[in-house]
Amino acid sequence: MSGGSVTDLLELDGVSRVYSSRRGFLGSAVAVRAVDHVSLRVAAGRTLGIVGESGCGKSTTGRIALGLERPNRGGVRFEGQPMPAPGSAAWRRMRARMQLVFQDPLGAMDRRLTIAAQIMEPLTIHGIGSAADRRERVAALLRDVGLRPDHAARHPHELSGGQRQRAVLARALATDPALLVCDEPVSALDVSIQAQVVNMLTDLQAARGIAMVFISHDLKVVRQMSHEVAVMYLGRVVEQGDPEAIFAEPAHPYSRALVSAIPTPGPRRQARIVLSGDPPNPVDRPTGCAFHPRCPVAVAGCRVETPELRAMSDGRKVACHLVQDTTRIAA
Amino acid sequence: MDGIGHRAETLVALRGLTVAFQGVPALRGIDLDVRRGEAVGLVGESGSGKSITWLAALGLLPKSARVSGSVTLEGKELIGAAPSVLDEVRGGRIAMIFQDPATALNPVHRVGRQVEESLRLHRGMDGAAAAAEARRLFDLVGIPDAGRRRHAFPHEMSGGQNQRVMIAMALAGQPELLIADEPTTALDATIQAQILDLLRRLQAESGMALVLISHDLGVVADMCSRVGVIYAGRIIEEAPADVLFAEPAHPYTRGLLGALPDMVGPRRRLLAIPGGVPEPWNLPPGCAFAPRCAEALPACSASVPVFREAGHDHAAACIRVGVRENVPA
Repeated sequence: MSGGSVTDLLELDGVSRVYSSRRGFLGSAVAVRAVDHVSLRVAAGRTLGIVGESGCGKSTTGRIALGLERPNRGGVRFEGQPMPAPGSAAWRRMRARMQLVFQDPLGAMDRRLTIAAQIMEPLTIHGIGSAADRRERVAALLRDVGLRPDHAARHPHELSGGQRQRAVLARALATDPALLVCDEPVSALDVSIQAQVVNMLTDLQAARGIAMVFISHDLKVVRQMSHEVAVMYLGRVVEQGDPEAIFAEPAHPYSRALVSAIPTPGPRRQARIVLSGDPPNPVDRPTGCAFHPRCPVAVAGCRVETPELRAMSDGRKVACHLVQDTTRIAA
Repeated sequence: MDGIGHRAETLVALRGLTVAFQGVPALRGIDLDVRRGEAVGLVGESGSGKSITWLAALGLLPKSARVSGSVTLEGKELIGAAPSVLDEVRGGRIAMIFQDPATALNPVHRVGRQVEESLRLHRGMDGAAAAAEARRLFDLVGIPDAGRRRHAFPHEMSGGQNQRVMIAMALAGQPELLIADEPTTALDATIQAQILDLLRRLQAESGMALVLISHDLGVVADMCSRVGVIYAGRIIEEAPADVLFAEPAHPYTRGLLGALPDMVGPRRRLLAIPGGVPEPWNLPPGCAFAPRCAEALPACSASVPVFREAGHDHAAACIRVGVRENVPA
């Protein structure tokens, strides 16, 4: 348990993750900064949403938060303690307190094991309870995620996509974690099922006080789930703050394009901003502000100097040379 | 038929189209008109039959599929038509693009060559003429540096660029109808916006009709003038897009909209539709949506509801429609 201090549950301090990659076959090795100087905090019982497109570093950030990857720079603290070395006994103990839920429930499950056996597995691994306790616990977990007792004896392929995602959640909840890192947990689900799972996550958070890092490319779902949101682009956080404020009036030119790109039924509130070009490959990271080649408002300085994430008067943070204050968003 | 009036000339008409695999129904009678130049959306969840509809219409289903009903292109029947007739239609008058361009493109051929192959097949072009036209198409679909990119292999291009190549291939046959099956589902948001923009522009410039198949109500609302909502192998509601999203008449359509988180306004608990889509081999009697429907009546399970008029150009297959006025949206 935490030492009772008012520290955040999870703290990422200036973390960077650099991979070594080759430019083409037999090419020279280049450093790829998947995550570049990211600082994030998640308080107990709260949800931090991370949005961005493929390659923005949102999944790597989630894996760093769980200690599945070590940052090259910066530090991760969980319940006030620095992250132990992966694989160590201390790390395994900590891992029982933080769990990962990702997009593909079938890939996350062992096809040969029944649902009950999969949910029981973490209890056995972490030596929680007696055999009888565990069986009782599995039954309670199934109930909590809205599965029927008869689902326990089934195999993953006998469940629907939504039911499988519920089973994966039950397994993640088995060790009573304080933090869930959810990486695109509802992206593979149909709209009607997605709403069921989103509501269930909200209910579980309210009932158990679980903190969440909710990673998704779907801004609508992130808005629904999050107390705070971070928009990432090419390894860096470009805007961070209250989801209501950011999605209603995004300040960073990238957030603005992202928000305007969401197709929604009903009348469109703002003109769509169609960015030119693809998100650049992290291997060929542009100089200065990494967004400048696609930015509709970039000026010469953006090519040279990387903007820092600065606090605005309304509490959000924005990394853009052109955004002086969010009370008067630069056009 | 649904009594929806005809404005432009009907290009493709589907009537009572059904598909079954080993006796299990996948499509249970689809009626749909696509008029010249219009954009029709087909929305539904996975397994609803929205893709199978068009694979069946173009004779692209495996032999094990039992297809019946009628699909006509300007009055000419396509169901059971000779392979030579279908070959001319497919990729020619009707072209199709799919969700995952990487699997639809041939990985061992340069993308330019694949477009040239389409030009040879559908327009009899060869050599320098085909190369020049391929280059024009690459420019048209917004592939930068088309002269060089033509020589790239699919794996050397991004998902968005490959989808542009697919669109260029589809345009090679100068189609009168483009079927786009989840064309942006695998793409990032800003790239999706680019591709939708491109499709909108191409449609406006060429006058081709577009059928957009999607699970995303937002994409369909954005792109289409008319929308059909499909559930368990049937179209259950059809209306002009603005009407459908403002005044959905079928409880399933209302459910889909209620399940979608908003981008503006106060956050509310999502209205999830309980349960899941029924398996095709285990369909409930009567209305297939009845077991999940909050407004179901005993009569809903008695017989399959017919289309009822819910407004001008607006019809829904629900026994409550037209009976109780002012159904709350």
